[in-house]
Amino acid sequence: MALLEIRDLTLRFGGLCAVNNLSLAIEENSIRSLIGPNGAGKTCVFNCLTGFYKPSDGDMIFQGESLLNKKPHLITYKGMARTFQNLRLFKQLSVIENVMSGMHCRTSAGFTAAVLRTKVQQAEERRIRDYAEECLDFVGILDKKNYMAKNLPYGDQRRVEWARALATQPKLLLLDEPAAGLNREEKSRLIELIARIRDERKITIFLIEHDMGLVMKISEKIFVIDYGTKIAEGTTTEVRDNPRVIEAYLGKEEEDAV
Amino acid sequence: MAETKLKTNVLNPFENIIERLFELFDNKKLRYPVLILTMVFLIYLPLTSSRFTQEIMTNMFFYVVVCLGLNIIVGFAGLLHLGYAAFFAVGAYVTGIMSATYGINFWVTLPFSIVAAIIAGLAIGAPTLRLRGDYLAIVTLGFGEIIRFTVRNIGITGGAVGLIGIERPVLFGVVLNQIMHFYYMFFILAIMAIFVSYRLHDSRLGRAWQYIREDEDAAAAMGINVVSTRLYAFIIGSAFGALAGSFFAAKMTAISPDSFMFVHSVMILLAVVLGGMGKIPGVVLGAIIVTLFPELSRDIGQYRLIIFAAVLLVLMLYRPQGIWPERQYISTKK
Amino acid sequence: MTFWEIFLQQLFNGLLIGSFYGLVAIGYSMVYGIIKLLNFAHADIYMSGAFVGLVALSYFADMSIGNTWFGIVIALMISMLLVGLLGVLIQRVAYRPMLKAPRLSILITALAVSMILYNTVMLLTQGQYKPFRTGLTHDSFYIGALRMTETRLVLLIAALLLMFILHQFITRTMYGKAMRAISLDRDTCQLMGINVYQIVAVTFFVGSALAAAAGIMAGVYYGTVHFYMGFLIGLKAFTAAVIGGIGIIPGAMLGGLLLGLLESFSTQIPFIGTVWKDVFSFVFLILFLIFKPNGILGRAESERM
Repeated sequence: MALLEIRDLTLRFGGLCAVNNLSLAIEENSIRSLIGPNGAGKTCVFNCLTGFYKPSDGDMIFQGESLLNKKPHLITYKGMARTFQNLRLFKQLSVIENVMSGMHCRTSAGFTAAVLRTKVQQAEERRIRDYAEECLDFVGILDKKNYMAKNLPYGDQRRVEWARALATQPKLLLLDEPAAGLNREEKSRLIELIARIRDERKITIFLIEHDMGLVMKISEKIFVIDYGTKIAEGTTTEVRDNPRVIEAYLGKEEEDAV
Repeated sequence: MAETKLKTNVLNPFENIIERLFELFDNKKLRYPVLILTMVFLIYLPLTSSRFTQEIMTNMFFYVVVCLGLNIIVGFAGLLHLGYAAFFAVGAYVTGIMSATYGINFWVTLPFSIVAAIIAGLAIGAPTLRLRGDYLAIVTLGFGEIIRFTVRNIGITGGAVGLIGIERPVLFGVVLNQIMHFYYMFFILAIMAIFVSYRLHDSRLGRAWQYIREDEDAAAAMGINVVSTRLYAFIIGSAFGALAGSFFAAKMTAISPDSFMFVHSVMILLAVVLGGMGKIPGVVLGAIIVTLFPELSRDIGQYRLIIFAAVLLVLMLYRPQGIWPERQYISTKK
Repeated sequence: MTFWEIFLQQLFNGLLIGSFYGLVAIGYSMVYGIIKLLNFAHADIYMSGAFVGLVALSYFADMSIGNTWFGIVIALMISMLLVGLLGVLIQRVAYRPMLKAPRLSILITALAVSMILYNTVMLLTQGQYKPFRTGLTHDSFYIGALRMTETRLVLLIAALLLMFILHQFITRTMYGKAMRAISLDRDTCQLMGINVYQIVAVTFFVGSALAAAAGIMAGVYYGTVHFYMGFLIGLKAFTAAVIGGIGIIPGAMLGGLLLGLLESFSTQIPFIGTVWKDVFSFVFLILFLIFKPNGILGRAESERM
């Protein structure tokens, strides 16, 4: 059974159909990409998956359970984490505090425990901090853990975002344009990181990306959508040579050129 | 990214002075001795000062408690609450009614007061906390007035005249009826409030509030249940207020709707904003300023509110982070 | 009185009060729509309008026009103009610098402005109720089974007329179109060359002017004005705006009329009566926020992530 199955997902905004009868399946421990021209509806798919948008039709089955009508925090609790296209870090907080937020859904100390500082609560706090540091170390910025998030350079902020998503201990990680704004060196480190996430932490990866080079290097299977509809699916070579895909991208370029 | 303001910052000279003052106190070596000295001073104060001074200080401690309570709602969780006086009214009236009308022991009324505040908090919070922040502001404003209006018009609360004859609490056989007793009682309450605030701030719950305040969608994406976490803030803050209200009722032995007006809600809010929403020492300082300022300037009594409002406006335009400086990340935390 | 007489009476009262609520609610909705701010100070603008009208009328009292409708209309226009400008001033000084600040900050700013306004008036009037002398008669006459005074009939017509004019303004003029565009996407409007700041100023002017008109009408209706008169009506008008759909101007008008009718008829329910009708309105607000927070005419907003 696939880890995530999307069935006939449809999302309409008034008269506009952002996602149109989309169906795809993602196997456990795989790395899959979703690509398509700008405005094709990719982030909309992520937003539906994570509960921020309510689909007009269709279903999304994660680990055998439907995600329809579930609130975002519950979906994260169930094991699906995401990063944001436009980086939504907690700017005024430190790097480590940002990552510690991921552990919230894996811990349970409440008001009484906080005030009384029970042994259990203290142990839990240590666990939160340790795991956050582990995630920061995994992405390579443990040394910057006490910096305020807004003071970091862009590339490091991205890494904090990934560490934060990892801290939720997900089974499936949705990466929304993880390479946006990165230079060549950072991109190759990202490729290594994605591979490590899958190999070492056994986390399935589903990413949206524009950078073809990155997508081709890292994905095992690619889904292509245009105007909300899936137009192709397959390995990198299959997709690259697919005439519909070429038309979708080049066709758009022609339109823009006019 | 530097944010350029359209007007030059008129508060710049003040800011420099304040920052330098605080740099002094931030020095770890100075901090503990100063704190201990202050505590000792406060403990000995009633033994050597007039009733008047004790009265003012007691009032100040009371404000510290309620401001810290509102701070949890506004400062930690970022929710604008404009009817906080209603919650300490609830506490005061529950204790008042149970004590004056039914003769129930003061200490027994306390849990009821807290439960009443929790129920009230849930009643307003549950419908509004899932909506935009602006709605909560107006709803709490309305609630504050509705409570006051209801209390004025129902018999059991004594109507516009209020309740009298609230019994003094008895502790270990001693009837607490001197101002000194209440000085120490509110002093202890204030210490407890500060303690609980710090504990909450550095906990999973406290962090959750900060995350929600920074970016509620990102917080939700990280697995935080935004609505229920906010509700917690609302309820805990209300409980602080109710508790303070109960003790207030015992101290005054008579309460009326005029003790819980909108102006009081605003003063408490002003103290929280002045102190820098969320910063515990700042809020304590704000509470001190808001209570002491009217005392120091009795003759401008009727201009008090306008001055407060003007201060609030200037703060928001030029120094929204309050007078307490921002924390700096330089070295590793303890 | 027969049931029918009571019914018609409450219907008329409801529409009249409701039109006051509507006029004030329009200001809330307009400002919320364009800069997403719940302008606390708006209720005090309403109050200021009443007082400016009072001052104007007291000047006319000595002149021949003092005791006629003409005098009131002139006072109305003066008030609408001056208070409209006051609204623009407030927006320029207190809100415009805060547009990029967190929402909490601008709400607090609005609160501060509100307090400054009503405290100023309180100090000027020493907190007293001031009579609103108009010299109009209050003879009643009957239209069918409905008992009416000339004053009230004129007020209702005037209020509805103002709402109609506003509706035309919103739908037919460039300003109105620009306002709606800005409420949908401010940044794009700026890129398209629309002077957003100017339109915001116009919005505040119009909203404030309408509130001022409502204030004067309330003064005529109730016969007195008081520095705190804005508070309750602010809550009611906000309720009306929410009921109709916040940010939607026809919604504000509709919500106002509905709330007015609801309140009016609720005074006839034995338990509630005139004492508890305000609590009833508030409960109604809470119910709306629970079940239909976007109001009758509102659509659910979807934010771009």
